[in-house]
Order: sequence, then structure tokens, then C-alpha cells
Amino acid sequence: MSEFLRLESLEKRFGDLPVTREVSLSAAKGEIVALLGPSGSGKTTALRLVAGLETPDSGRIVVDGEDVTRVPPERRNFGMVFQHYALFPHMTVGENVAFGLEGRGRARDEIRSRVAESLALAGLSGFEPRRVTEISGGQQQRVALARALAPNPRVLLLDEPLSNLDPSLREKTRRELRRAIRRVGITTLFVTHEQEEAFELGDRIAVLNEGRLEQVGLPEELFERPATRFVATFIGRSSVLPAIWEGGRGARLAQGPVWPATAGPSVSGDAEVDLVVRPEALTFASRPGPDTLEGVVSERRYAGRVAYYVVGTASGEVEVLAPPTASREGDRVLVAPSPGGPVPRAFRRIP
Amino acid sequence: MNRRRRPIVAWLLGLLLFWIVGYPLVLTLAEALGAPHWTLAHVAEFARRPAEWQALWASLWISVATVVLSAALGVPLAFLFARTDFPGRRLLSTLVALPVALPPLIGVLAFLFLYGESGLASRQIQSLLRLEQPPWRLSGPSAILLVHAYSMYVYFYLFTRAGLERFDAAYLEAAASLGTGKWRTARHVTLPLLMPSLTGAALLTFMTSLASFSAPYVFGGSFRVMTTQIVASKLNGDTGLAMVETVTLSILGLAGLWLLARVEGGRDVAGAVRGVAPRRRSLQRSKWLAAAAGWGLAIFLLLPHATLFLISLVPRNTWTTEAWPPVLRLSNYSALVADPERVRPVVNSLWMATAATAGALLLGFAAAYLALRTRGRLGAALETLIALPWALPGTVFAVALAATFSVHAPWAGRFVLIGTLAILPLGYLVRCLPLTGRAAFAGLRQMDPAVLQAAATLGASRARRFLRVLLPQIRPALAAGASLAFLSALGDFVVSIVLYTYETRPISIEILSELRIQEVGVAAAYGVLLTVLSALAFVTWGRGTERVSG
Repeated sequence: MSEFLRLESLEKRFGDLPVTREVSLSAAKGEIVALLGPSGSGKTTALRLVAGLETPDSGRIVVDGEDVTRVPPERRNFGMVFQHYALFPHMTVGENVAFGLEGRGRARDEIRSRVAESLALAGLSGFEPRRVTEISGGQQQRVALARALAPNPRVLLLDEPLSNLDPSLREKTRRELRRAIRRVGITTLFVTHEQEEAFELGDRIAVLNEGRLEQVGLPEELFERPATRFVATFIGRSSVLPAIWEGGRGARLAQGPVWPATAGPSVSGDAEVDLVVRPEALTFASRPGPDTLEGVVSERRYAGRVAYYVVGTASGEVEVLAPPTASREGDRVLVAPSPGGPVPRAFRRIP
Repeated sequence: MNRRRRPIVAWLLGLLLFWIVGYPLVLTLAEALGAPHWTLAHVAEFARRPAEWQALWASLWISVATVVLSAALGVPLAFLFARTDFPGRRLLSTLVALPVALPPLIGVLAFLFLYGESGLASRQIQSLLRLEQPPWRLSGPSAILLVHAYSMYVYFYLFTRAGLERFDAAYLEAAASLGTGKWRTARHVTLPLLMPSLTGAALLTFMTSLASFSAPYVFGGSFRVMTTQIVASKLNGDTGLAMVETVTLSILGLAGLWLLARVEGGRDVAGAVRGVAPRRRSLQRSKWLAAAAGWGLAIFLLLPHATLFLISLVPRNTWTTEAWPPVLRLSNYSALVADPERVRPVVNSLWMATAATAGALLLGFAAAYLALRTRGRLGAALETLIALPWALPGTVFAVALAATFSVHAPWAGRFVLIGTLAILPLGYLVRCLPLTGRAAFAGLRQMDPAVLQAAATLGASRARRFLRVLLPQIRPALAAGASLAFLSALGDFVVSIVLYTYETRPISIEILSELRIQEVGVAAAYGVLLTVLSALAFVTWGRGTERVSG
């Protein structure tokens, strides 16, 4: 796919505090890229830099071959959906959607039909005369989307677009949002702190932490081959155990067995490592073996067909995914790597 | 506005505001210190005279007593209207807030006509008890206190009601669930949570009372407070002494503002839980008692204004010894319309209030807009300059402006404006600045900045964002500020009495001169006119604030 939007080494500081550090990222035409990270990771700032609402201290933003780094937001022709929607409270739904179309020398009829078209896309046909304060949160979210899409922007930017919705409504709206964006085929960058949202909406996911881009990739790549310890622990559930790297054999747990593992970047020799282990990677063993770890179940969390068990061992605390009947709190158990499960990944321990 | 040009414009605006707000105060201070000779002679003179200390003490104790009386009236009234329900509650709850909208002079006038020596109430009692003399004299500190309590209980009423409406029922339920009785809950839960509202109201009442001029001027006689003392000194030609008095009063006002800012800073006591205010108790047996109390109080509070209207219908020399006016006609109103010299104060008041409001709106909005965008020290300075006239009594600014603009020294930024058409609107404008400015600050601060950013991402130019998005959204706040400003300029008495000329005399001054020539009915007709105009502005204000909060 050809590259349409490119962020090159974007840097932004607020006072002495760096908020984005050397963020480089690209998106193909029509691609949906999720910016995922915890709060304070710089993802919203990155999005605002792209929108032109903040100016980077260094770096470039290129869209369709045009450098827009210093272009003011009103001349970028990027559509944006704000976290709290930022609908104009003194205007109707129709006036809100028409706002971006007016002042561009379009005929009134054209504006009217474009407004109707955008509202139809958002599933809000006939909502033009309604006041934005009278409609529900989910409808406001869709008005915000229709308003952003109406002027045919080159890029769509979404800042936590679903965070203001009830959990029950969020899932439905998420699907509708994806469908609407797909139908328009617009290059989209969206910010979220929810992994599930990023996985469902994004074609690719960019994980940010403390202003740095940790990894960009498909959901599977992030889950199975995390590039950094942060990505490994941030994506999916995991336990972290201290270990010593033993080359091809895997990693030796502190006061414990050697478990098979793959090496993260710059892990070699007999380095001290953090072994990131997913609950799916472990199982209960019926008898002691060279790779079993003994411990006591301290917590059991029922989750339908499976249960999560927290087991305290001499090597640290691990979480094991097993059938709900496998054990009970207080039981003495043996934990071993699960054949066919995701292989634990070792990352160099930072002292 | 271009981002790079913004600081320059902000600086220019800051200079302009300093010129009309800060500079006169600096000059007042300088003159109090005997500039250009720099001497403490005036201060020593002030300290030597017992009359000065008496006036200062009078200002303070009258203000404290006003706070106590206003609280005694306003707080129970707020509880009555916030916590109970009875027929007519809604209408009455608005009516009892009315005195806040009326010019102080009108309250004074209405009290004079009702409770004064030859007022309606005293005449009724005199005739009922067949007394030779009027049963009382309305003068001195007790009269001032009565008028103060009558007009300033509204602060306690409004603040306490607002506090009660923010009050979460969950607190009371929590107290009840812990087995706490009614009185313990009132003492340990309700009162501490209402404390910020009560202290806010107390300070506002204290400062308004400190600045009060109309009541002490009309009822005080030989009993002087600082505001009347300043005007007296000025009229006596003791300019230096008047300046020292002005500075003293300013210091008291600023101390009050400082206290208020501290109280407002720590205000969010009730912010932890956000929920529903306790439900109004629909009273069963005591329903009619509450209704009677509510109605009785409302009638008592509105009686002076009804009297004002009645007196406006009494033609000259028709009411002598009777308990009730024998003749009621509209002749005072026709006199007011027929004589061009009597129309003039109305025209004057209207155009000067309009001009002052427009100017204050423009400057207040510009200052708020620039202060919030430049931030830093310059922004803080703009906000302070806007708020300053609110902290200082009107008399202070009137005297300071009179001193500043009675000298021709263009190099020092001083021009002779005294005696011209410009000085009174300028005085009103300065007094109105905090009203329009604070409204603009509030409106802009309430606005979600993302809304303007959204407009930018939709391709709207700076001008379009300003006109189509920013202005429409803060228009209710601006309208509210402008209405209040217009209201205060229209009914002004304290600035007018220092700065007016015969040509520019406003309604308030005309009322005073009509009273002097015994045209009581015409004075009352002016009073009614001013009340109606003020009520109209008050209604606009109410609409504006409703839209702001809605």
C-alpha cells in the first residue's frame, strides 16, 4: 500500500517536559491506525500535532506529498472528532454539520444535500432541525463524526471517540464507526487507551509510552512478538518474573526451572532478564517435573468457561489460565509451561 | 487577531485601563500625601480630628450590624424557599430577590415615603392613635441600618439558596443513616457545608454597606460615615483631607476584596459529591403557616415600592393632614413629560447609561479575551484592573476621577473633563467595568476551548470562528453583564453627586432636587420610572443568566 500520511520524528515539549519524542509513523490511503497508550503517553498530543492544534518543536507532517507542518488547522482539510465532541451548542444538528461546508463558496442546495448525506452515513437522517443538547450521547458522537466527514477531509482524526459512551453503547457504536469509516475509505488516525477498541477499530496499532513510539504493527504482532517490555505488559494480561537468559534453552527463573522463551531485543549471554509470561502460556501439572514450579493459589477469578488463578511461587507471582474446576484458593499446585501456548518472552532487565 | 500582535494590543489595553482605573487612584494617594510637596500633614490632620475617627468607626460598626441584620432576614428566607413548598412559592422567590435590582436611592426614597416622619405608615399610626406628633423619626444610624438590611438581605438570600441548591441530599441521608438527629445534622453537616456561601454573602454585604452612600446621605443627618464624610470634606474644599479619607476607605475595601478572594478560593467544600438537592418538603399542617410567612414577608418587602407608586399619584399640596391621600391623579407623570427640563434627566440617564454600558462592554470583553490568551502577569494585571472598581466604593472613584480630570496636564495624561459631557459617562463606565468584565471572563472560561478548535479543523477562518462560534456562545453572559451594568449606571447616585453638571444631571440627582423643592410627587414619579426601567433590565439579566446556566 502506498504511504499517504507520514509523521517524521515529531517532537513536542510543554515547557521542559517532552510530550512526544521522535514519533515517526505512516499510514496508507484508507488505512485506520490506532494510537494506543496509557494516559500521559502523548497520544492525544500526537493527534493534535497532526490536526495543527499544536505546533511541533521539530519534525514534519506530510500528507499526500505535501508538508503541512506549518499549515494552520483551518487550511489542512483534516476532519477531527473531539473527545467531548465539541459540538456547537448554539447550533442545530444540521447547522453543526453544515459549518465546515459554508464559507467555501458552495451553493446552498449543495450544502443541504451534503449535510443530509453525511447525516445518513452516520445513521441520523432527518436530525437536521434537532438541537445538539437534546440528543443522546451516542447521537452526539455520530453528529460529531458527520460534521467532521462532511467537508470531505483528507484525513480523519478521532480523539478517544468512544470514551464518553456507556460500555453497552460503546461496542455497538464502535462497529458503526468502523463501518462508516470503511464506507468513506478515509485515512484515519485515532487515539484510545483501550486495547479492545484499538484491536477492533485499527488496521494497525501504534503503541505509545512516555511520548515514545514503542511499536507499530498488527494486533497479532503486538500480542505475540512484542518489541519492548512495555508493549508485552501493556497488551494483554501477563506476569513478569525475574530470570537469567540461558541462550537457546530459554530463561532460568530465580530459584526455579528453565522455561522456554524467545529473546527480546538485545538479550544475549547470561543477561538478567524479565520474563513476560501470559496466563495462556501456563497450565497446572499433575506431578513434579524439570519445568514445574510449586506454589499456592492465592486468588481465583471466574470468567465463564475458564478461570484465572494467581499463584504465589518462590520465583514470583504468576497468573495461570485453566478450567474453572482446576483448583481452589489455598490449594498447593504445580505450574508448568503449557504446550502450544504463547512462548514467554524475555526482555533485558533495566536496573 | 494575529498571535504576534496580541501582546501589543494587550499592553495598549492595559495602559488604557490603567489610565482610567489605576491612575486616578495613584493620584489620589499622591494627593493624600501632599504631592508634589510630599507631606504627612493631611494624614496628621485626619488622625487629629475626632470626627474622622467617628466616621471610620461608624462605617465599620454599621457594616457589621448590617451583616448581622441581613443574615437574620436572608438566611431563614432562603431556607423557607429552598426547603419548603407552598402556594405561590415560585413567584415570591423571584419577588423577594427584586431589591437587589433596584438602585439604592430608590430603596431610600421608598422607605422615606413609607416610614418617614410624614410617610404613609407613620401617618396611619398617628391618625390611629390620635397622636399630636409623628410616632417616630426616621433618621440616624437606625434608619440607615433599616434601609441597609432591607436592601442587602438579598445577598444572604441568594447565596444561601444557591448553597442549598448545590447541597447534596446524600449528606443528610448519610447523617440520618448514622443515627444523627436534626439539630446535630444542622450544626455539624448543613452549617459547615453552607459556610462558604455564608461567608461570601457576609463579605459582599459588608463591602456594599461600607460603600453605601444614599442611605447615610439621606438619613444620616449629622451622623457621618466615611462615604458621606468624603463628600462633605470635598464640598468644604478640604481636598487633601478628602483624599486621605478616600485612601482609608479604599484600604478597607481592598482588605475586603482580599478576604473575599481567599474565601472564594477555598469555596468548593460541597464539591466532593455531586447529586440531587434534598427534596422540598411539601408541608401538610404548616403549609399555610409557611405560605402566610412567605406572603407576609414578601408584602412587607414590596410595600415600600407600592408606596412609592402611590405617592407618585399624589398631586402637589393635596395631601396635608389626612392619613390617606385624598386625591390620586397622573398629573406628576404629565408634569414629567410636559416640561423639557424634566425630560432632560431621563434622556441624560438613558444616553449616559447606554454609552457607559457600551464602553464597559467593549473594554471588559477585550480585557477578558486578551487576559485569557496572553496569561502571565499581563493577563493577571488586566483582570485586576477590571475587578478593582468593584472592590472600591463608588465615592472613592468619583473623588479620584474628579481629582484626576480637573487639571490640564496632557503630558501627565490629565485633561479637564470636569464640567464636560464626558466625565459622568466615564465615571459610570469605570464603575460598570467589573460587571461586564467579570461576565466576559466567566463566559469565556465556561466555553470549551475544543469548540473553537473544532471550528478551526472545519476550515473556519479566525474572523468566522470569532463571529460564528465564540460570540454566539458568550452572548448570554455578555447580555447579563451589560444588563447589570446598565442597571447600575442608570440608577447611580454616588458617582453622579460628585461629578454631575446641570446639563448632565441624571434622574437620581433630579429626584433629590425635586425633593428639595417639595415636589414629592414628581420625585416619586421619577422613582417609579427608574424602577420600571431597572426591572426591564433585570428581566433581561434573568433571561441571560438562565441561558448561561441552561
